[in-house]
Amino acid sequence: MSAGAPRGLQPVTEATHPLSAAQEAPSPASEGAAGRHIPSGDAEAALTNGTPIETSSPASASSLLNRLQLDDDLEVDTLDLYASTETRDLFVTVDDPKKHVSTMETYITYRVSTKTTRIEFDLPEYSLRRRYQDFDWLRMKLEDSQPTHLIPPLPEKFVMKGVVDRFSEEFVETRMKALDKFLKRVADHPVLSFNPHLNAFLTAKDLNKRQGLALLTKVGESVKQAAGGYKLRARPPEYSAMGEYLDTFNQKLGTMDRIAQRILKEQTEYLVELREYGSVYAGWSGSEDSLRRPLEGVAGCVSTCCGAMEDLSESMSQDLLPVLREYVLYIESMKTVLKKRDQSQAEYEGRLEAAVIRKQEDKTPVPLEVEKCQDRVECFNADLKADWERWQSNKRQDFKQLLTGMADKNIHYYEKCQSAWESLVSRLQEDQAENTNDTDCD
Amino acid sequence: MADGRRDPSDRTGGSEPAEDDLEDDGKATKAASALSGRLEVSIAETEKRNGKNAVNMQETFTVYLVETRPTEALAEGRNPAPDSLWRRYSEFEVLRSYLLVTYPAMVVSPLPEKRAEFVWHKLSADNMDPDFVERRRVGLENFLQRVTSHPVLSNDNILYRFLTEEHGWKEAVYETGFQDKADSRLRALSATFRVRNPDKRFVDMKHYSDELQSHTSQLLRARARVADRLYGVYKVHGNYGRVFSEWSVLEKQMGDGLQSAGHHMDAYAASIDDILEEAEHYGDQLKEYLFYAEALRAVCRKHELSQYELEVASQDLVSKKQQREELATGSVRTFSLKGMTSKLFGQEAPEQREARLHLLEEQISEGEEAVKERRAECQVHVYSAWGDVQRFRQQKDRDIREALIGYALMQINMCKKGVQMWSNTKECFLKM
Repeated sequence: MSAGAPRGLQPVTEATHPLSAAQEAPSPASEGAAGRHIPSGDAEAALTNGTPIETSSPASASSLLNRLQLDDDLEVDTLDLYASTETRDLFVTVDDPKKHVSTMETYITYRVSTKTTRIEFDLPEYSLRRRYQDFDWLRMKLEDSQPTHLIPPLPEKFVMKGVVDRFSEEFVETRMKALDKFLKRVADHPVLSFNPHLNAFLTAKDLNKRQGLALLTKVGESVKQAAGGYKLRARPPEYSAMGEYLDTFNQKLGTMDRIAQRILKEQTEYLVELREYGSVYAGWSGSEDSLRRPLEGVAGCVSTCCGAMEDLSESMSQDLLPVLREYVLYIESMKTVLKKRDQSQAEYEGRLEAAVIRKQEDKTPVPLEVEKCQDRVECFNADLKADWERWQSNKRQDFKQLLTGMADKNIHYYEKCQSAWESLVSRLQEDQAENTNDTDCD
Repeated sequence: MADGRRDPSDRTGGSEPAEDDLEDDGKATKAASALSGRLEVSIAETEKRNGKNAVNMQETFTVYLVETRPTEALAEGRNPAPDSLWRRYSEFEVLRSYLLVTYPAMVVSPLPEKRAEFVWHKLSADNMDPDFVERRRVGLENFLQRVTSHPVLSNDNILYRFLTEEHGWKEAVYETGFQDKADSRLRALSATFRVRNPDKRFVDMKHYSDELQSHTSQLLRARARVADRLYGVYKVHGNYGRVFSEWSVLEKQMGDGLQSAGHHMDAYAASIDDILEEAEHYGDQLKEYLFYAEALRAVCRKHELSQYELEVASQDLVSKKQQREELATGSVRTFSLKGMTSKLFGQEAPEQREARLHLLEEQISEGEEAVKERRAECQVHVYSAWGDVQRFRQQKDRDIREALIGYALMQINMCKKGVQMWSNTKECFLKM
């Protein structure tokens, strides 16, 4: 084996992967439950062999889908591979926050509800309460046990004391939505959703956080060990491009966040002036006789517009800003995965180099562990690419929804104002016609 | 370019012969129907000119082309070329102060503002700004249409000559001596005096004019601030235009949608300029009534003045009559210095007494005449002022109602534009 590095990189693109299979041919529905691979304790196998994802019986899944997905956008987008080829059979929701006050601490728990047809679950439905640190535990476990995958981000853990009230309705609501998003993303992921930690998180009465599945942490550790000062010999350009993309996209998100904040600020100030403006009309109406009604009418319209503007600002700050934040965090997660991939490649290159030197010295064949290492890199690359595609697709869907939502909110705002003014005009014109009739009679 | 043309400031006394039927006070003799019934008045054009002012300094100013057409001809379907002449803003000012002095009982419609006030910050405050000049043209035209349709003012000869005689008008208006009257009246009005028996109607009217002024000025101020903020909201959206187009470069599938959405956001941000420019018309309508409040107050104040003059004259007459009484009966009811002196220095001669009595009699009859005159004047003022105030109120109610409807229509228009632009943007997002 003369050229180690190219050999190591070549097969990556050819490697079959559960996700690429899923893209090409949705497995026949008739396969049913019997044909499924069930991830047992053998996590390694589950990772390398892949886990088919079209698992459930279609009838139950679709009925579940219909039952739960009514509100979601059901529009089938032919461009979107993931939305159309994956059958969902695991539905999770985070809602109903509750405050718990004990002598030691005060905290919030959220209700985590699960509905599923998967046989890894003993029951079709679960409902239990979890707090933020439980989500944090889950994410850590996922990151450790599946280092090759992009783990969706959690909302920021630390909040500046004094600046944000951790128990305010607004904060809890926003965090709840972010946790819901996180859990849904994990549950929709073809690999992560089969992670036993997720299962435990969704079903176990008490999370024994220490126990964990020791076996699963192995991969994570080996990657961690490989960290070091080794410089990558040849990082494939596609990963460099990903890194660059993430950096630039991060900048754009930052700009959008600033714009959105600025608009909110301008709208708030506009609202203050508009209220004042409306009250001037109301004040004036007091010193007029026949103009009283028109002036009061304008004051009423202005106040309707104030309400509409308030709604607009509120929905913008509730919908737009959290998604922008989530994606900033998502980029962080993505960068972490990219870094891990580089480390894993670096470990392989390092070992291969050492082996090549040794081979030149004593003619021993490339040891098994180097080949294992190469497998790992290949697997990493495949997972990463699949997750990247998936992430890109999600991102497109999310922003499409977000931005059309933004347009809709603005349209709605203008329509509300318009109808208020229109009804005023027709009222005033009626009055005017009456007045002229009156004077004619005089 | 304008130097070659007729320069209004450069006019010398080449005045045309004054009309024969022109009275000293400038009031037209015949009580014909409003001038607007006979003449259609408009301001068709504006022009920038350079010229020398009174102290021989170079200045730039705007002149306005006043056009008049006989309505009779228009009604007959003919469309004759209008008579036209150029006037400066300052000439309009002279005309208005002439009308104010000559018709103290009338609510004389105000001129558009001299300098732009209550405007949102983006709007130019420059008097030569084309938008400002255009708004002033509309304002001056409105002023002319108001005075020419006024039942009393429209019959004024000086007004007629303002509209129809380019030269000689200024001389004619100064010949009326309105400026002296204006000065003395101004002095009288600015003096502090208190009416003993104020007319409740005018007290209320004065109170109302204060309120009208305060409400309209508050409204104008609030409106300017709202416009400023709205401008901000729109313009900040323009940043989306930039970030979308930068972001679109990164994306494959989303690229086109983002790019064109960005263009729509740019257009959205730009649309506010026209919206606010258009809204200035509403501001001008309100401003007219802000200045009307002043005119209304002037009528009330003049009423107070004539009432006061009547009261002073009556008071004078009463005291004169009392003196006569004292002199005739020889008794002094109240202690006075005069009583003291006559007691100290002895009784005055009968002929002296007779002469003083005679003088008093004369003064009393003069006083009675004055009181009668004042009373008549006051009554005329009350009568015609009250009539014109009622006319003004009706006009105001009608105008403000129309202005409010216009404002609402403008808001509807803005909302429609907003819906349209966001719908276009949404289309682009849906393509992503």
